[in-house]
Amino acid sequence: MNAEIRPVKTAAEIGFADLFAAVRQSLPGGRDIEAVRRDAFDRFVAQGLPNSRVEAWKYTDLRRLVRDAKALAPRPDADAWTAARNAGAVFAGLDLRRLLIVDGAFVPELSDLAGLESGVRIRATAEALSADEMVLPLEMAGTDPAAALNTALAADGVVITVAADVAVERAIHLVFVTTGTVPAAMFTRSRLELGSAAALTLVETHEGPDQSDYQVNAALQINIADKARLDHIKITGEGTAALHIATLEASIGAGADYREFGFAAGGAVVRNQIFLKVAGEGTTASVHQASLLSGRQHADTTLVLDHVAAGSQSREVFKAVVDDEARAVFQGRITVRPGAQQTDARMMARALLLSDEAVANCKPELEIFADDVQCGHGTTTGALDDQLKFYLMARGIPEREAEALLIQAFIGEVIDAVVREDLREALSRAMFAWLKGRE
Amino acid sequence: MTALLEIRGLKAEIDGRQILNGLDLTVNKGEIHAIMGPNGAGKSTLSYVLSGKPGYEITGGEVLFNGEDLLAMDPDERAAKGLFLAFQYPLEIPGVATLTFLRTALNAQRRKRGEEELSSPDVLKRVRELAKQLNIDPEMLKRPLNVGFSGGEKKRNETLQMALLEPKLCVLDETDSGLDIDALRIVADGVNRLRASDRGMIVITHYQRLLDYIVPDVVHVLSAGRIVKTGGKELALELEATGYAQYQNEAA
Ligand SMILES: Nc1ncnc2c1ncn2[C@@H]1O[C@H](COP(=O)(O)OP(=O)(O)OP(=O)(O)O)[C@@H](O)[C@H]1O
Ligand SMILES: [Mg+2]
Repeated sequence: MNAEIRPVKTAAEIGFADLFAAVRQSLPGGRDIEAVRRDAFDRFVAQGLPNSRVEAWKYTDLRRLVRDAKALAPRPDADAWTAARNAGAVFAGLDLRRLLIVDGAFVPELSDLAGLESGVRIRATAEALSADEMVLPLEMAGTDPAAALNTALAADGVVITVAADVAVERAIHLVFVTTGTVPAAMFTRSRLELGSAAALTLVETHEGPDQSDYQVNAALQINIADKARLDHIKITGEGTAALHIATLEASIGAGADYREFGFAAGGAVVRNQIFLKVAGEGTTASVHQASLLSGRQHADTTLVLDHVAAGSQSREVFKAVVDDEARAVFQGRITVRPGAQQTDARMMARALLLSDEAVANCKPELEIFADDVQCGHGTTTGALDDQLKFYLMARGIPEREAEALLIQAFIGEVIDAVVREDLREALSRAMFAWLKGRE
Repeated sequence: MTALLEIRGLKAEIDGRQILNGLDLTVNKGEIHAIMGPNGAGKSTLSYVLSGKPGYEITGGEVLFNGEDLLAMDPDERAAKGLFLAFQYPLEIPGVATLTFLRTALNAQRRKRGEEELSSPDVLKRVRELAKQLNIDPEMLKRPLNVGFSGGEKKRNETLQMALLEPKLCVLDETDSGLDIDALRIVADGVNRLRASDRGMIVITHYQRLLDYIVPDVVHVLSAGRIVKTGGKELALELEATGYAQYQNEAA
């Protein structure tokens, strides 16, 4: 390794270095890919785990929150397969093409690969890497230390390509599931290449056992060509002690329509970082996020949105319901480049605090380098409205149920952004399940 | 026979300011009581204290509802026992569909009383019937509760809730304000349909006109936090002519 790098400090940082040294030879990919990995790992080592002095990680101090580095999860065995079979139950009963990623490895045997629409191709990332395809480099998140760690260590995932003009009827569901009782680490890299004027709904769920402090570092890179349409819905539903770090990178072409929706209710420490580039003109992009947190959960959603091309519209609505001693973090930075005239960008973050110890940190930022734009942002943080609660109670609705109705109303507004009714209903059910847990 | 509602020497304050100053009022089953009185006298305060709105401190007196200590109950419990307040200013609740709200309220009350819950279609059927009687557009039921409703629509919606929940004691706080002449008649008819020998009503109003439709058994004047005069329905006509000046002096 590079000699000038600054010495690693925490036990976790040392652990990651040991891990990389131990596994790098066995990770898929030839010499070029290995060089990309080494390069990425050097970038990680140079920065170390981000702490609160790093602006992009201000509220999520990984140096404090990540105590150790886990060993990579072993390839899933028969027991793991059995445990994984019913995963993704949030969308049970819906006709989705399920692709299972178990303990970080794509399992074709458990996946629904029959009758693929023509123009749709699905492969394991490990397969693409073994064929020396350059699927690892990240364009926008490249310097981020957590993303760099992913590039260095990602072993598998799914690579999906949809040819131009193909409108895929059946939504694809990436079912990420962690099994086993020994806490391990999973680094996955997935990719979606959406051809021009193609259309797809991509659903993603993440889950794992409670009480196990396993670590997930998942990255997804999306390329949306001109006039393509993508709905991406991600549910972070990890086990109660899990660490979940996800990096999403999407480049959005001209006239494309991209809708990102996130629902986070699981995990102990969650970071969803989203890097979007509005690269073409006349694009519409939206990001909606609903976080439902309790106990001592910490969930951070960080968006970096770059308007490069002119005449595009973006809408972001982030909502968090925070109970007990949980913390919701939202950071959003919208940059409007000099060429991105007539950009219309709006960002709103709202947090509903259900207890005195609950915390919400909101940091929206606008950086505008064009003069003919409409941009705005706002944040609100507050408790449930006592007057409204009283009105409901005065009609006979018990306190907890009244609160549940008001929380539903609050979160419902974001869920309504999901276009497909069946998915919307499934998400509502997930919300009800969370509310049920409060009773 | 126990009175439906018995208020004795009720004193209440909000934010350190005493509003109710030893108020006495007894309502028996089957009776309609009208309460009139100047602005700021404490009429809404009385209705809020009865329904259990937080923020009020009871500094004296007691309230028995069918012989039970009303002030010891939570607002939802009071509602399930049959107390209903039609708000002077109904609140808007974005994101909660009117019908969902009605169903949730009705079933919560039924559950608390140990009655079986009604299915969604059954609730819908009842609500539609009542909406028709009250001349409420059924489309409004899909909209978020009271959001963007006109003043009169909100009042009609309160009446609809009351008719659906079939309370034992109805407290109507200026349900007539904001209603046009036709709506006033429709709402009054709705209220009159609820008249029953086992149900009592307190109708708070500023206008004699409402009492032409909903004819009270008793009329009270509430001034400076107390009932200062009680009479028959002719008292309302008298007040129309004389105003409250004499009672305000009396209370002071
Ligand atoms: N939070 C508060 N702090 C102090 N005073 C208050 C507060 N809320 C209400 N009041 C006062 O209590 C008094 C009684 O108010 P209330 O609403 O009960 O009057 P009302 O008889 O219903 O009048 P109206 O006929 O105008 O509806 C008023 O003087 C009002 O200003
Ligand atoms: Mg009033």
